[in-house]
This record gives sequence, structure tokens and C-alpha cells, in this order.
Amino acid sequence: MNKTARINRINRLYDRLFAAAGLLATLVGLAVLLVLLMDVLFDGASRLNYQFLTSYPSRKPEEAGILSAWVGTVWVMALTGLIAFPLGVAAATYLEEYGRKSRLNEFIEINIANLAGVPSIIYGLLGLELFVRLLGLQRSVLAGALTLTLVVLPVVIISTREALRAVPQSIREASYALGADKWQTVREQVIPAAMPGIMSGVILAMSRAIGESAPLITIGALTYIAFLPTSPISTEFPFISLKGLFEDFTVLPIQIFNWVSRPQKGFSENSAAGIIVLLAIALFMNGLAIFLRRRFAKRVRW
Amino acid sequence: MIKKISALVLAVFSALVIARAVYAGEIIRIDGSSTVYPITEAVAEEFQKAEKGKVNVTVGISGTGGGFKKFCAGETDITDASRPIKASEVEACKKNGIEYIELPVAYDGLAVMVHKKNNLVNHITVKELKTIWEPAAQGKIMKWSQIRPEWPEKEIHLYGPGVDSGTFDYFTEAVVGKAQSSRGDFTASEDDNVLVQGIATDPGSLGFFGVAYYEHNKDKLKLVPVDDGKDENGKGPVLPTYDNILKGLYQPLSRPIFIYVSKKSAIKPEVQRFTKFYMKNGANLVKEVGYIALPEKAYELGLKRFEKGMTGSVFGGHGVQVGVKIEDLLKKEGQ
Repeated sequence: MNKTARINRINRLYDRLFAAAGLLATLVGLAVLLVLLMDVLFDGASRLNYQFLTSYPSRKPEEAGILSAWVGTVWVMALTGLIAFPLGVAAATYLEEYGRKSRLNEFIEINIANLAGVPSIIYGLLGLELFVRLLGLQRSVLAGALTLTLVVLPVVIISTREALRAVPQSIREASYALGADKWQTVREQVIPAAMPGIMSGVILAMSRAIGESAPLITIGALTYIAFLPTSPISTEFPFISLKGLFEDFTVLPIQIFNWVSRPQKGFSENSAAGIIVLLAIALFMNGLAIFLRRRFAKRVRW
Repeated sequence: MIKKISALVLAVFSALVIARAVYAGEIIRIDGSSTVYPITEAVAEEFQKAEKGKVNVTVGISGTGGGFKKFCAGETDITDASRPIKASEVEACKKNGIEYIELPVAYDGLAVMVHKKNNLVNHITVKELKTIWEPAAQGKIMKWSQIRPEWPEKEIHLYGPGVDSGTFDYFTEAVVGKAQSSRGDFTASEDDNVLVQGIATDPGSLGFFGVAYYEHNKDKLKLVPVDDGKDENGKGPVLPTYDNILKGLYQPLSRPIFIYVSKKSAIKPEVQRFTKFYMKNGANLVKEVGYIALPEKAYELGLKRFEKGMTGSVFGGHGVQVGVKIEDLLKKEGQ
């Protein structure tokens, strides 16, 4: 009796110790993040104003702004999402729902898993040869978005497969029992049910892509750019323009990198302010995706 | 099935390529040396203001060598270069039918620097620099005392630009005698700020990079005057000051820097306007961003070469040329 009580006491002690260690680990992560944020805010807050957001880069730090960079980031991210989402979900659906167990499918699966771990600069080299040179897209928004699509695609596919796998088999069987064919089952039941999980994967992948600079530097986006891609919506017929897709661009991480590597002190303030803008866009994107995930999750009621 | 898919893929991509060609607007693409970048960026900024946004200019940084690669592939209109074009690049341009007009835009000095509190190193000779940097020094010359007996028996740590930069090409050619020939055990970075930090915080440091960067970090570094042992270039050690570089006394560590304009692009009116703007307003902007402007005459000669469409390099396509003074440059340009 006495012995059991002692063992219990020791176990409780271990339990508390572990909880404390866990809390400490969490706090370390938070503290580092906090210090980083404070530092960046402290350095960059003074530069963060309307003029900064609406001006082009300049050789004079106090006149320089981040307009072409943040617009470029929005363009590239939106396009990457538009390309990577359908491609990734379709590929995952094929592998999970349609693909039979064959040598080829196994080979594809292993390769996708490996591709998720490939350093992004390798995708940059592929993008440079394939999109920029071979397909003649040059250093355009489209070439950048396609390259980033390559970076995020494996992550999107893997997380979508996980989400599809989490949908109970009974849902599919019930659908078949009611006379639905495979495509109807996948479209009406499985994908909607997996949507919250798919969205989480896409959020993670896009958050990775927004901070990427290595693959874009490789394709040649490390550039002084003082103009914007042509707006996709115009007031003249035919109201929609694809011209912007083929124009040159720069993105926030690259503009920040450019400023950090300059000798004048004013530019380090600019880069701090640029980091705040980048964080704000990343937060906004994540917020939007979480909002969408919630909405999809509400629709699923079993 | 596979045939259908590949036909579809092919159709999509050919549509993209056609669309790309149709939508190509008035844009001037420039790439190349990070040393020339600040000048070209300043010119591009002012030019776009003057044109009120009618012409777009992009300026990239991929190093002199990387810039020539793109230039000779016909991907850029103008390339920035911190050394004259070299034989392999001449060959590459020829293969693709790219002719070029060479225009010198400024002078640049390479500063040699040590830690701020280094009291013993007050000047250095080119010969000593060679002892330090030549390939044979690797793993052997590790202490200051091995270079000059009165220097302390402490470790020496070296800092320099990355091997892809024209600055590294020039320094090795000027000091060691052969471009790219250097010891490998030094801290190399394409980012000059990393070098500034390294030299400023390491008491045993010695490093080099462009004078413009030194000017912005004066308070953190100690500049070392260099003696080339030739009295005609000024007796004794010489500092890379504005006057010394202009008079050709800071040798062999000062050099002209260039832009190369593709002859194919020079037909386009926007490229013509840009190049003329560069030659007419370059001098002021060069000074503003911390480089040494050429005499008025050099820009006039450049403009003349451009208007006449004179192609080729006055340096014969041999890459780095050491000891080119401003008057030599003028003479060559004038021919």
C-alpha cells in the first residue's frame, strides 16, 4: 500500500516535471519570436508609412519604397495558389482514390515524398532551364509562379493525400450504395469532407513559398524594378488582361535581401520595414485560409 | 492517352510562348556586376523619372560573369561589367551573333583594410599582398609575422569577395598575376556587408573590396595604404583617395568599370535614349553613389562610339587589364 502510494507520488512528480519542461520549450520558441518581432518593429516602424508602401525602390533610402515588391509578391502568390491547388488536389485524388497498387504508382509516391525534401534552390535551377529558357517565358511573373508551384506541389499533394485518407471508408460505401459512381463519390463526398485538411496543407505550403527567395533569385528576379505588372482587370474591352503574367517582377524577400546587403544605414531600416510588410501579408494569407477552412469544416456533418 | 496529354501540354506551352512574344513591351533589361549596379540603378531611376514611366528598366545583379552569360545569350540589352570582356565570353557572344558596344562609365578602387585597432599594420606592399594571397600561401602563411618580421606572431584571417565577382578576378590578376589564382582558405562572400562585419569584428583580419563600400563604413574599418614599389605611380604607400585614383597613383588596385550595350538592342529607340542619358548624366550620379567619375571627355568619346555603333572591346577581349589609367583609357577610346 505504502509502496504504491510512493510510486504514484513519483509518477505525479514526473508528470509535473514534464509539463514544466513542455511549457519551457513553448516559452523559448515564443520568446525568440517575440525578441525577433520587437527588434524588427523597433527598427522598421519609423519607416512604415503610406509613402513607403506606395513608392518604388530608390538609391536614396528615405525615398525608397516597397510598392513593386509587395505587388509582385501578391501576384506571384495568387498565381502559385491558382496553379498549385488544382494540380496538387487532382494528383493526390488520383493517387489516393484511383491509382491501383502498381510499380509505377509506388515509384511516383516515393518520388513525391523525396521531392518534398529537395532544397528549393534546386527547383530554381529547374525553373531557370525549363520555364525561363526552354519555354521562353523569361523572368516573368508566370515563370516565377510556376517555379514556386514546383516548390509547393509535393507538400500540397502529400497533405491532400493525408486528408483524403482520413475520410472514413463508410462514407464512400454509403455513396456507392446510393448508386453514385466513383467520380460522383469523390466530387460530392470525399473531397468536400477532406477540404479542411487540404486547406491546412495548402496554407502550410503557401507560407513556405511566400518567404522563398532562393528559387526566384536563381531564375533571375534579383532585380531593380520600378514598375508594376499590368493590372489583370481593365476598364477597356475585353476588361481582362493577361499581360501582367509576362512582365518582370520582384518580390518582398528579394527586395529585403537587396536592402540588407547595402552599406547605408537607412536601408537596414527599410529592410526591417519590409519584413513587417512581409509578415503582415503572410498573416493575412494564413488568416484567410483559416477562415476558408472553418467554413468548409462547418459544411461537413455526419 | 499519353499522346493526347503531350499534345495538350505542347499546345498550352506554345500558346504561352506566343503570348509572351506578343506582350513584350518597351522594356530595357540590364544585368551583371554588383559593383556597377549602384551606378546603373541610379541612372535607371532618373531615366524612368525623366521618361515619366513610358519605358521600364530592370537592373539585375548576377555578377560580371553571370551577366555576360545572359548578355551573350541575347537575354539582356545591356550588361554591367567590372572588367573588360574576356576571350571565352567573346566566343560565346560571337556564337550567338551578339555584337556589343563597350562604354567605360567610372573608376573604382579596391580598398585593403584591417581591424580598426590594428596599430602595427600601417602600410602594405603589393609583394606582401602576393605573399598572402597566392595559391602557395594556402595553409602556410597563417601568421602576420610570416609576412613582415616586425608584425605580431598572431593569426591572420582573410576576407574577400566571392570567386564569381569581377572584383575577385581583378584583385587576383593585379596582385598574384593571374585572374582567379588565389588561396582558397579565406572567408569569401558576395555580400560586402558580410565582409565589413568580418573585418570589423576580427582583430586578426585583412580584407579587400570596393572603395565605395569602405566610404560608407569608414568608422568601423582601418584603411591600409598600398605601395606598388614603382615610383612613377607615387612614391611609397598610397591611399585610395579620390585624387589618387583620378591621377592614377593608386595602382595596381584601381580600374575602370563598364557597361556593354548589345548592338541588336541599340536599334531600339528606348535603348538609344537610355544609353545617351547614361553618358550625359552618368558623371554626377557616379559621384553621388561613391565612385570616381571619368573626365567629361571620356563620356563624350563613349557617346561618339555609341552613335557610330563601334563594336568590340578596346582591350582586345583578354579580360582583366591591370594598370589602365584614365589617360590610357582615353587614348584607347579615342582611336
